[in-house]
Amino acid sequence: MNISDWLTLRIEIALAVFILLQLIIKIFDLIRSNETWLRLNIAITFLIVLLGFTGNDSGSLFGGMFISTSFIIIEKTILAFATLLVLMQSYNWLKHHQHTPEFFMLLLTALLGMFLMLSANNILLFYLGLEMATIPVAALANFDLDKQRSSEAGMKMILSSAFSSGMLLFGISIFYGITGTLTISSWQEILRPGGLEVLALIFIMTGFGFKISLVPFHLWTADVYEGSPVSITAFLSVVSKGAVSFALARFLFNGVIMMQEFWVEILFLLSIITMTVGNLFAMRQTNIKRFLAFSTVAQAGYILLGLAGDPVNAPTSVVYFILVYMFSNLAALGVVEIVSFATQKEDLDDYKGFYNSNKKLAIVLMLALFSLAGIPPTAGFFGKLFLFTSGIHSASVVWLLFASLNLVVSLYYYMRLVRMMFSENNEKPLASIQSPLLSNIALIICSAGILFIGIFGGLYDYLHQLAK
Amino acid sequence: MNLLVLLIIIPVVALAISVFVHAEKVKSVILFGAIVELILCFELLREFMVERAAGNNSPYLFEIVYPWFKTWNINFHAGVDGISVSMLLLTSLVTVSAILVSWKIDNKPREFFMMLMLLTVGAIGFFISMDLIMAFFFLELSVVPKFLLIAHWGSGRKVYSATKLALMLMAGSSLILVGILLLYLKSNGSFDISVLQGLHLDNETQKLIFPLMFMGFGVFTALFPFHTWVPDGHSSAPTAGSMFLAGISMKLGGYGCIRFAAILLPEGTQYYSTAIIILSTIAIVYGAFATLMQKDIKYINAYSSVSHCGFVLLGIGMLNQTALTGAVLQMISHGLMTALFFGAIGMIYSRTHTRDVRELGGLLKIMPFIGSIYIIVGLCSLGLPGLSGFVSEMTVFMGAWKVPGTFYKAATILACASIVVTAVYILQAVAKVMLGPIKDPHFLTLTDAAWYERSASWLLMLAIIIMGVLPMWLAQMISHDTAPMAVKFLTLNP
Repeated sequence: MNISDWLTLRIEIALAVFILLQLIIKIFDLIRSNETWLRLNIAITFLIVLLGFTGNDSGSLFGGMFISTSFIIIEKTILAFATLLVLMQSYNWLKHHQHTPEFFMLLLTALLGMFLMLSANNILLFYLGLEMATIPVAALANFDLDKQRSSEAGMKMILSSAFSSGMLLFGISIFYGITGTLTISSWQEILRPGGLEVLALIFIMTGFGFKISLVPFHLWTADVYEGSPVSITAFLSVVSKGAVSFALARFLFNGVIMMQEFWVEILFLLSIITMTVGNLFAMRQTNIKRFLAFSTVAQAGYILLGLAGDPVNAPTSVVYFILVYMFSNLAALGVVEIVSFATQKEDLDDYKGFYNSNKKLAIVLMLALFSLAGIPPTAGFFGKLFLFTSGIHSASVVWLLFASLNLVVSLYYYMRLVRMMFSENNEKPLASIQSPLLSNIALIICSAGILFIGIFGGLYDYLHQLAK
Repeated sequence: MNLLVLLIIIPVVALAISVFVHAEKVKSVILFGAIVELILCFELLREFMVERAAGNNSPYLFEIVYPWFKTWNINFHAGVDGISVSMLLLTSLVTVSAILVSWKIDNKPREFFMMLMLLTVGAIGFFISMDLIMAFFFLELSVVPKFLLIAHWGSGRKVYSATKLALMLMAGSSLILVGILLLYLKSNGSFDISVLQGLHLDNETQKLIFPLMFMGFGVFTALFPFHTWVPDGHSSAPTAGSMFLAGISMKLGGYGCIRFAAILLPEGTQYYSTAIIILSTIAIVYGAFATLMQKDIKYINAYSSVSHCGFVLLGIGMLNQTALTGAVLQMISHGLMTALFFGAIGMIYSRTHTRDVRELGGLLKIMPFIGSIYIIVGLCSLGLPGLSGFVSEMTVFMGAWKVPGTFYKAATILACASIVVTAVYILQAVAKVMLGPIKDPHFLTLTDAAWYERSASWLLMLAIIIMGVLPMWLAQMISHDTAPMAVKFLTLNP
């Protein structure tokens, strides 16, 4: 173990130091102004993003418990970047919040947990990371302190995540019993499809299913997304979901690759019900946050399709999709946040005639919806396309047909919202909203991502190189 | 720079400029872009003819490849043959006249003209694509503009029609997507049609993929029973939208059926040819009779489009050179003709504010120019010699009649007989709308076509007449490229 190996841990060390530093600053009350806290944390997150691009990438630490590759570093950087965008968008809301410093500490702790989870080659470290990434977020869901719905959301989140962790742990303990080791990468030589292994895998998949809200484990999603503050909804739907999807990909291809034939069947079943139910429920929603919640449930079904690929393309296509999805979903939720903060309105009907009153925000929201629906030339088209091209490796024709026909269903509700914004008249139109500078910058970054990532194709090839 | 790349860049630049200029000036920018596009298409035609005359017989000319996503072997691969060149000409002609016809739009003009141009980009890109993913990209590009054009600027049950159209076309594309992916899987990783054409996929695979591709593209070109979006979509769309939908959008389907289904999967085409012929004959006959019952002049034209596009599919199903050439000619002829037809209907509707045959009458006296256009294009639709409709339908029939077998003869006779029904509904509509007494005194105050409407009409009318009088150069250019297909079909084991 030398210095260059320690450098692979640089992001986690920096993040931990910053969290502790903030704690000290808070204890001694050195910074009082919320705005200073905000600027400081935006700077910190930016620094974390930059750290991803420097130094040595691959190596392992602590006797192989912690591993790092260029691909893992890229995943972490994407998550950090998404967190940065979330922070920029929540500027307005946090400026007047009474517990702003705690917000950042919890958020960054969750991020640290995700980083550990992604690098873990030991299943207990993985589990610790996962819990560390979940419990602070449950507290954050409760952060609209004067709203009852918010505490309800926090409660739901903590209960469902505790339950799913139980499932996950049960599956893990069976695997440990079979293999006698906690090291994930050495499982693949021992595990073969058999009764006990299949049972354990089902438990583990159930646990993951809760975390990325696959149907039938999605029931908490809409309530939590609706009740939480919009920034936390954004964090949950992009960063948490992204991290767990990355972890799922790594677990499937590093740990249980020999059982692929079996888990592809599980993915198939989960994927088609997730897409179908998510889409059907999204159609019936009247609140824009619930609407986006169900649309993200449906998107998770496509991620599973991508996971049916080969060991190189499956993780690549999932990472690419999450990156694209991050831009699209954060753009949509960013606009929702601005509107909700300025007018307290969150119903779909309030967005009628939005294009006439707030042209620029409406265009960003439309771009985001096009991207979520997978319409070219937005990046969403390519994100979905590559999940498909990756999936054909082992997906059946039925699965492909289900997935592509589900695109039609989702087009219906996305286009309905676009049409409402573009051409309907509203008796009580939204006032022209002045959005804060940082939110605008975040939205511009997201729009640029949506428009250019797909068409200028190099990024996918770059990720593919790293994944090899 | 390669001419084909320029064809994509020009409209994109026009779109980019129109984001920044004042809303009033957008239409000029877009029109200018479209005219440049038209000139480029004629230049392409000239260079193409020169190359062919010089003896360059390679299947695709002006090929250019840029890698796009290397991992998946997806390229920006453009190239044209005679069929694509004629489609490009059609697209740019219809675009210019659609923009001219909507010159006076004042409801969100910037968005309106930008969407028209976006539709053009989609169509042009699709026609030059030699990579399946690139083609799919451009095909999908037009979903949103079509939807919003109808839902916002349309009339009647516009939201219903727009949703129906968008969902049905999207369902078609989702079948195409699965077909493309399966082709990629079976061909060991290629989306390139020049590679896929050379492969010999086994019969079972072809039988699986062909229906997906053909039905998918069939939805676009009103394959029975997936034609139901056509009447509603066309009638609710604004004038320029209908011109686009009927003139170009439906041709995307026909072109796709030939280029991406028939050529790539010859065994599949042959296996399913009976089904294609049955469905297209039903569409032809059913479309004609359904038109007979319509009272709305826009619905008349929309239903007759179902019937006329049936000829395209019939030509494809007959699998010989003459019929295939006829199918392509029919696409061009129908594109020009319906675009002009919808243009004329739009001009009438914008003046009279009714499209009901029973309320219209004697318009020829009041607006002689628009009236004459309506009559001429009607005659073209019923296949009067000297206009484009005769040339294309005649070629399809000649090709179809060559195929031996009672079944094929019967289908041809049925399709031929529908021409009589066409004559009935066209002449009825012309008589009621253009001739006879003037039903409403308010009509007497109406004016004839303005300059922009006249120039739009002349453009399309000239094309129809030129194609009707001098069809040989076009037919030769197309049949040069349908010949190898026909040879391929001939060499298959039945």
